[in-house]
Amino acid sequence: MKNFRKPAFFSNFKSKIIRNFRKPSTGDDAFKLLTAGFASSIFILLGLMVYELVRGSELSIQRFGIGFLTGTKWDPAISQVFGVLPLILGTLVTSAIALLIGVPISLGIGLALSEYAPRRFGFVISFLVELLAAIPSVIYGLWGIFTLIPFLRNGVYPGLHTALGFVPLFSGPIYGGGVLTGGIILAIMIIPTVSAISRDVFSAVPNAQREAAISLGATKWETAKTVVSYARAGVISAVILGLGRAIGETMAVTMVIGNKFQVLPASLFDGWYTMAAIIANEFTEATYDLYVNALVEVGLVLFFIALIINVLARLIVWRSLRLVRGIAKE
Amino acid sequence: MYIDFSAFINVKKVKIMRTLFKIVIPIVAIAIIAGSVLAYQYFQTPQQAITINGAGATFPFPLMDKWAAEYHKIKPNIQINYQSIGSGGGIRQYTVKTVDFGATDAPLTEQQFANATNTLHIPETIGGVVPTYNLPGTSSGLKFSGEVLANIFLGKITKWNDTQLQALNPNANLPSHDILVVHRSDGSGTTYVWTNYLSDVSSQWRTTVGKSTSVNWPTGIGGKGNEGVAGIVSQNPHSIGYVEFIYAKNNNLPWGFVQNAAGQFVEPSLETFTAASSAAAVTLPKGDQSWSTVSIVDSLVNNTQATGAYPITSFTYLLAYKELNVVPNMNQDKAKALVQFLWWAIHDGQSYSADLAYVPLPQQVVVNDEATIRMITFNGQQLYTG
Repeated sequence: MKNFRKPAFFSNFKSKIIRNFRKPSTGDDAFKLLTAGFASSIFILLGLMVYELVRGSELSIQRFGIGFLTGTKWDPAISQVFGVLPLILGTLVTSAIALLIGVPISLGIGLALSEYAPRRFGFVISFLVELLAAIPSVIYGLWGIFTLIPFLRNGVYPGLHTALGFVPLFSGPIYGGGVLTGGIILAIMIIPTVSAISRDVFSAVPNAQREAAISLGATKWETAKTVVSYARAGVISAVILGLGRAIGETMAVTMVIGNKFQVLPASLFDGWYTMAAIIANEFTEATYDLYVNALVEVGLVLFFIALIINVLARLIVWRSLRLVRGIAKE
Repeated sequence: MYIDFSAFINVKKVKIMRTLFKIVIPIVAIAIIAGSVLAYQYFQTPQQAITINGAGATFPFPLMDKWAAEYHKIKPNIQINYQSIGSGGGIRQYTVKTVDFGATDAPLTEQQFANATNTLHIPETIGGVVPTYNLPGTSSGLKFSGEVLANIFLGKITKWNDTQLQALNPNANLPSHDILVVHRSDGSGTTYVWTNYLSDVSSQWRTTVGKSTSVNWPTGIGGKGNEGVAGIVSQNPHSIGYVEFIYAKNNNLPWGFVQNAAGQFVEPSLETFTAASSAAAVTLPKGDQSWSTVSIVDSLVNNTQATGAYPITSFTYLLAYKELNVVPNMNQDKAKALVQFLWWAIHDGQSYSADLAYVPLPQQVVVNDEATIRMITFNGQQLYTG
């Protein structure tokens, strides 16, 4: 269809009928403007955020430049030198652990709900999983300190230590809190997001796909694999949303991770630190301007890391969508 | 499925209801609005309500909260609204004058004092920081010297049966086990006092780690808040950390005795904190001078005369401007109310300290505070004339 009146962005919002019987309708136009306004407010919001973060970290950007990203020292007391490399690593690694543990469980939940579970049972499970999402993170943190840590420290980690102690990752002293504990808490926290979205994308897979698989003699398991592969793009989106939550999570992590500022921990049982955690920990008591600026710059770095990850994820989703469409065309 | 409800509805009744609603709803709405306006005026008339806003340190919050409630009972028209957002945030808000008074655990630095001209420091209460540990078979009472504590937190003493610890505790059963050091991960006045002490007793600490609300810890893992540190310590045998005295007392944590300059090993308690602050009060500056160097810890470190004084003791301060007209939204009545509250806090307010495990101000400090509060003016007029 030719479209010479409107930019493509808006033309999709109207049906053909309205365009063919064009009547002057102020209500429609007003509503269109309103929604366009809301949509563009996101640009303003993001722009303001970046502007404020950059302005708020001016001193520290001038003082440390790019060295802020590669610096491995955080010393507010004596030298007043700030560097965030350990925090970046800590954030990425704990989030990766969270994905490693949380994503398979979440996909399992999603598949069970969309493919296997009877409707009533599925309803109960969905409800409980969504309940997990409603728990405030400080409650996860307290639960981590008083329940999860003692349990892991006495029940799980010693076993891991004896079984896998020859691997450096699982050697060293056990405190209870640490990198692995932080990852586990995060895994629990991303399960609601990832499982809810993956359930929805699996349910959205056309039944024709399942029927085709079954008619070719596929088992239930093989059918499920077809479903997952068809819903690949959606699954990636779900994982990215989970990752977003894990990267930005603050309170629960800082309460269990041990808050040890070091480039690399000695093992998974050792303490580490994340970007969000150090902001939450030190912002209120940061007593001089450079210190405050450095903490704001941590926020800026966190913002850009989240941005980069989201862009990458978007690219992956597009690529796999094109792949699916390509197959369809053939 | 569609059910036709119209059969159940009496059309006449509906019409009556509609007219009723047209009349009743506006009347009710007007009545509510008028009523609330009248009620507002009625409750306002006897005395103008005054809200005094403060922000700052978390350490004195329970006491401040108690004060606000008790003071409201005495002066029902005065509301003290204190936000415990941390000393750093409190100083920032106080400096840009979005609050009427501030509160901080550490006195203002020279720089901060210059940014907030004409600031008065008013010590409001006293707290202490205590070493707490988890050593199987040992309860409270392990003895520490400043040097040993510094060496443990520097990572130089790594085992419980280190000769330095054994020399101080010949009768204790000290195992050959690694020490796990636990510190605060969040910036805090507690860390400031603790690192202030370690800086005083160890030149290596002073030059490599320093004193601040957060420092670059040479060893150990961090817990968030007193509860985080206490949690890690209680779950890990052979660990040592530090917490506020109040927290240790309320949670029955074991604590160590710390050696003072007089050579005594002192148990942290309200009495030993009072002894410490009394000894320090001798040399306090005037309220409108810079307090940046004031520190009970510093004043005790070489004071061999201060017997019975627990060395890791600290004031926590209220901050107020000497001339209150610099604060926006301040007026004569509010300024007067603030000054009266401050006066009440350092006198009658102190009687609530002990129950909450805070240390009441010694007499010398109260006298110093009185002189400070008398300096406060509004438009050049002295406010406290008692």
